[in-house]
Amino acid sequence: MSEPATHSGISQWLDERLGWHAIKELALHKRVPMHKHSIWYYLGGMTLFCFLVQIVTGIFLLLYYRPTAEAAFESVEFIMTDVKFGWLIRSIHSWSANLMIFFAFVHMFSVFFLRAYRRPRELTWVSGAFLLFLSLGFGFSGYLLPWNQLAYFATKVGTDILGQIPLIGEWLLTVARGGEDVTGATLTRFFGVHVAVLPMISTFFLLGHLALVQKQGMSVPIGEEYKKTRQMPFIPNFALRDLVGWTLALGILVLLASLFPWELGEKADPLASAPAGIRPEWFFCFMFQTLKYIPGKVWFINGELLGIIAFGLGGAALVLVPFLDRRAAREERHKWLPVIGWLVILYIIVFTVLAYVV
Amino acid sequence: MKMLRTDFILRFLIAVSIAVLATFVLAPQDTRAKATGNSCVDCHSEIPDKQLSDPVKGVESDIHHAKGLGCQDCHGGDPTKGMAEGDPELAHNPAKGFVGAPTSKEIPDFCAKCHSDVEFMKRYNPKLRVDQLLEYRSSKHGKLLETGDGKVATCVSCHGVHGILAVSDTRSPVFRANAPGTCAKCHANAGYMKPYGIPTNQFDLYKSSVHGMQLLEKGDLAAPACNNCHGNHGATPPGLTSIAFACGECHANNRDFFNQSPHKEAYTKMGLGECTTCHNHHDIAKPTDAMLGVGERALCVRCHSQGDKGFETAAKMAVELDTLKLTLNLAHELLTRAEQGGINVRLGKYDLHTADDALIKARTAIHYFDFDKFHEVSGAGVTEARQVITQGEEALHDLRIRQIGLGVSVPIILWVALALYLRIRRMEREKPF
Repeated sequence: MSEPATHSGISQWLDERLGWHAIKELALHKRVPMHKHSIWYYLGGMTLFCFLVQIVTGIFLLLYYRPTAEAAFESVEFIMTDVKFGWLIRSIHSWSANLMIFFAFVHMFSVFFLRAYRRPRELTWVSGAFLLFLSLGFGFSGYLLPWNQLAYFATKVGTDILGQIPLIGEWLLTVARGGEDVTGATLTRFFGVHVAVLPMISTFFLLGHLALVQKQGMSVPIGEEYKKTRQMPFIPNFALRDLVGWTLALGILVLLASLFPWELGEKADPLASAPAGIRPEWFFCFMFQTLKYIPGKVWFINGELLGIIAFGLGGAALVLVPFLDRRAAREERHKWLPVIGWLVILYIIVFTVLAYVV
Repeated sequence: MKMLRTDFILRFLIAVSIAVLATFVLAPQDTRAKATGNSCVDCHSEIPDKQLSDPVKGVESDIHHAKGLGCQDCHGGDPTKGMAEGDPELAHNPAKGFVGAPTSKEIPDFCAKCHSDVEFMKRYNPKLRVDQLLEYRSSKHGKLLETGDGKVATCVSCHGVHGILAVSDTRSPVFRANAPGTCAKCHANAGYMKPYGIPTNQFDLYKSSVHGMQLLEKGDLAAPACNNCHGNHGATPPGLTSIAFACGECHANNRDFFNQSPHKEAYTKMGLGECTTCHNHHDIAKPTDAMLGVGERALCVRCHSQGDKGFETAAKMAVELDTLKLTLNLAHELLTRAEQGGINVRLGKYDLHTADDALIKARTAIHYFDFDKFHEVSGAGVTEARQVITQGEEALHDLRIRQIGLGVSVPIILWVALALYLRIRRMEREKPF
């Protein structure tokens, strides 16, 4: 005989099947350490909030978007002009995407400077680094979807870089574009990657990342003793603070989307000449600008290829940070690591600005 | 022994190097010129008289030379003889067709030997016309040459002599943008033109005209040069009856509308130039809307006065044109405001292009000089522009709705954030952690 469906009955029913009480106990007893750097704990939540906004607005856009070269631009135009609040949904989707990548970068650097990647949180860092790469992938694949002039040529330039890779470059280029050139086939596969492949992989990494954060709790900076720090209950104190942040982020998103609606531009015309001032989205600009400054040939190596190898090594170094910084595992501060971090930030800012002003 | 051998090799190498250097540095500079085997080139390049030696240099860039033609193909003679024998007369052999330099009067026929020969020209440039001589004979220049006037322009006056370039070559004196200056060399020279009693200010007038500025200042090669109205080889002043055909070559609609207008018959009766009466000829100014109507700067009032039908038509057309412009301006302004506010007005802008086109068509339709026909075009433009105004107003209404929505939603969101913050504070006051 099953139990009557009372409140406690539902709780009991869930507990039998999901271990509900254990989850509830874990959440109720979870504590967040309080210290002068606690503010950075909110950045991960902000990134997560933007990701959730992306899912919701993305599903709405999917209802009207048509991923073909003939209809993509017109369908986005239809969303912006004829669908009720379509302009707001698209605008929020675009702004939220940019804010998500911005928060992801800030979150990564805050974790880096606080050495929160140190033992036993190496895998949390690695999964986070992959989530950052996946966010960039979302940005790159989503940029082409409105099929406008700027996106078309930026994607052409962006995918051209793949062709520079020795031996497999040409094959990679063809796979990415679905042919020799950026065409409707490219759009269709970018759409597939944007709405199916990347969300699936991201969900896997995101759940893993969150599970690891729950399992290991929040890290405290080197020099602070976890047990000696003031502790704040995660529920409800920290969660409510998170909610304040999310509400404010929502306000900022609504403001940005209303005051600066995302432009659509002109429909892509493969036969037209490339528009002036062509550049990728801001988060790729530092790499784009660097490749522009590298000479065509450095010694006997193709300059662009050298740049790609350097960025590849930079990405690998980012993933391997916890394993490269052995001092952090011994609760010691590395002397040069913060300097390298600040130099990287300076480089990203300067080259991004240069891409916009030069 | 080994040292001796090394010393020998070193000395040998130095000697060879000096010999090679001496070959390049000390050799006479004109060695190549002497090796052509063409007695015209070899001999004329050595003549101190520049008039006789310059053709050798000039011909290097000549289009005929580039196509493989030599001196003897125009001047006749035998380029294989003369130089070795030390006797130029062997090259200048009349039996081998030597004609030397033609006189001014002989030049057209001299060039036409080939340029009027259909079969010959096909081999080099099948699309090139071969009636230049016929045209030239019909031109003012050609007719004067026939009378024995050696000052008039012949082929070489415009195309050059040795060093003739293709018309499409930007360095050619007859390239579209260079042609006015080439004509002006004679036609703007008051002393040179004095015997003919014609004005010499055409080039100055042309330079200040809409065509001249477009071609000479903006480099627009679609703009006409002298030859587009006067003809090139058959250059002649277009008479009153044919000038409209010259203008109509480009301004076809204006010509057709004018031909259907009441002005056509009136101008013919009065002996007035069809286009030039209002637009002048060499100093054709950029037309303005003020030229239409009965205002101070209007041209219509030169002939029409209060009370006649033309005066009334001009006034009505001017008002209608102003209405179209004002409606278009409003449509542009509304769409711009909506676009600056972030509303997508692409469809409105597309319709606005059609309305803008109507203004261009209306300005052309003025040449009907008939209000009803003009109204058909301008009225359609006004209707189109009003539809865009409606779209612009709707877009601005949407913008207001968005602004109201923003005005309401942001305070609500902020209030929620504030309420949450106050809740946290109260909660932590009551139950500190």
